[in-house]
Amino acid sequence: MSEPVTMLETPIKIEYEFTAGLAQSRYLKGISEGKFLGQRCPKCTKVYVPPRGSCPTDGVPTTDEVELGNTGIVTTYCVVNVPFQGQSIEIPYICAQILLDGANIAFMGLIQEVPTAEIRMGMRVEAVWVDKKDLGPTMASVKYFRPSGEPDAAYETFSEYL
Amino acid sequence: MFYFPAMAESDVLRAPHVIEYTYTRSTGPVIGAFLTGLRDGKILGATTPAGRVVVPPTEYDPITSEEVGELVEVGQSGVVRTWSWAAHPLKDQPLDRPFAWALVLLDGADTAMLHVVDAAGPEAMSSGMRVTARWRPAGERIGHMKDIECFVAEGAS
Repeated sequence: MSEPVTMLETPIKIEYEFTAGLAQSRYLKGISEGKFLGQRCPKCTKVYVPPRGSCPTDGVPTTDEVELGNTGIVTTYCVVNVPFQGQSIEIPYICAQILLDGANIAFMGLIQEVPTAEIRMGMRVEAVWVDKKDLGPTMASVKYFRPSGEPDAAYETFSEYL
Repeated sequence: MFYFPAMAESDVLRAPHVIEYTYTRSTGPVIGAFLTGLRDGKILGATTPAGRVVVPPTEYDPITSEEVGELVEVGQSGVVRTWSWAAHPLKDQPLDRPFAWALVLLDGADTAMLHVVDAAGPEAMSSGMRVTARWRPAGERIGHMKDIECFVAEGAS
């Protein structure tokens, strides 16, 4: 008690209500039904997932809804070997950018059921969902992605998305 | 603008989110001494070469950037310079009831210190009013700004 004070804990905490907006609400409702919904730009025809409601390139509303496949391509990845506070997955694990079939933008996903040494760019993967009864409007509905067993995608097919 | 006619505004999803980081910071010698002082029930300021007393103390004179000299104890009462009424306190704020954030110029200090004043309402607050520190019990003090629970109008404690 008589030791001088040398350290100070400074917690920073913010609690708020997140409003998903129309586009992401559609997306999350799709997730709760076990499907990935994207939106297409009427001008450049690119399909965004998760959709934000507008095209970042053309600045116009993305009016068409598109159901995407359950499979895609690992464009890039990172093997996480470093523990950090709040980590919920056992290390090492793979975090990858995944380009779903039919989408024009990759999103981040967890890869499992493959040794970390075997992950590679172009690997074909498929989404593994939680049991139907546990599906909900949350990304926790997608457990992870795993190799689909299909042949790797050629580099040219996804080089635009790196 | 409405892009999905089948979807009403009420279909927009909402969810509570929490973001939290806890940093552990080293205090350095001057802030460390200030916090140690709080734990001991004292409020310390730093003396600048020009003879001003800076509270809370800084390692360097905020005006000339010169290193500060010895730490001195200042009074536990002072004057409210400015204040702002917090009508709806947030969770984890110093008091769980409406209070005032205030810059308090303690007796013997030349700079005002930000703290809170426990007052019945904004009508009980005024710039120039005298306030005095209300401390947490000695056994509960840990070397933290919250070791001073709040300030209260002088004579009201």
